Amino acid sequence: MKNFLALLLTLFLGYMIMSWLATNEFFPAMGDVDVTTRVSQKYIERDVNGNSEEVVFGEATNLESGPANTVTAIVADYRSFDTLGEVTVLFVSSLGVALLLGGTKQRRLELNFHPNFMLRVGSRALFGIILMTGIYISIHGHLTPGGGFPGGTMIASSMLLLYLADDEFRAKVKGFKILESTTGSAYVIIGLLGLLLGGYFLENLLVNGVLGDLFSAGMIPIIYILIGLKVGSEISGVIDNFLTEEGV
Amino acid sequence: MLQYAAIVLIMLGLYGLLTQRNIIKIIISLNILEIGVNLFIVSVGFVTDGIAPIFTSVNNSSNLLFVDPLPQALVLTAIVIGVGTTALGLALAKNIYQKYGTFDINEMGEE
Repeated sequence: MKNFLALLLTLFLGYMIMSWLATNEFFPAMGDVDVTTRVSQKYIERDVNGNSEEVVFGEATNLESGPANTVTAIVADYRSFDTLGEVTVLFVSSLGVALLLGGTKQRRLELNFHPNFMLRVGSRALFGIILMTGIYISIHGHLTPGGGFPGGTMIASSMLLLYLADDEFRAKVKGFKILESTTGSAYVIIGLLGLLLGGYFLENLLVNGVLGDLFSAGMIPIIYILIGLKVGSEISGVIDNFLTEEGV
Repeated sequence: MLQYAAIVLIMLGLYGLLTQRNIIKIIISLNILEIGVNLFIVSVGFVTDGIAPIFTSVNNSSNLLFVDPLPQALVLTAIVIGVGTTALGLALAKNIYQKYGTFDINEMGEE
């Protein structure tokens, strides 16, 4: 009976939302969106402060926001304060996991299978490649798809591979914690430096350079590498917390 | 069309949240709901024949037709927060299992 009521409720709610969306003139059909009437056009043209020149790859200099990847420009430049909050949320959740699962004496969880020699050596070889891909994605966040968050998760997934493929393996958790707190503090310090020297919190202090160069966009690659390391070490810490248990 | 599929996913997740009694299944339902919401937000910014909002040597001018980058940036935030809440939920589930020996909410009070 309860399930039937829940089914009725969800069907009714879904029908209401769909019919409302289908008849709403302010909700265009998928694909018919006109981006030029939205705020996003200003982000694409780097036009928030009223610079209406055309942005050309490899030529444009001294834009108000330097990354070639517009999503990065929004995440790490226009809405960088928001991203600081997001990193804080992730930090608090990893802190919560450590509080719930951690203890003073930790040892590896007993797995049901014991990996053989080939699996252990093969995963060690793959580990380096995955780790390098993660770092590459973090460093190129302002030029190509990806950035600190996907790169950081990829770094953490390389740690997960080692944890799963070797039942004796245990990473140096203390190093993760030091890395996490250092990079997190560095992000805030960069923001405060911007406040002191430039007048805004998280002001971009360095030169933006030519759009599309690896060394361009000023502070944004630095911030994104910091985010990548922070996310990577945080999620690695969470993985370690899940794969250990109390005991000697 | 994708927008309506996303709403179906949201409703599936909501149904799971309302009916399931297993903590792991509740967390999975929450994730399905979240994926639905993310898909919906991304689909709001889609433009037919639009290109990814990244300047490259091929797509090199701001006069080209890009898809809306703002929903993508917001969804990036939402995914990360989703990972955080899922990790916290699973940690709580592990602690509950250690205390009660079951994931089922109905069996917990009986002992």
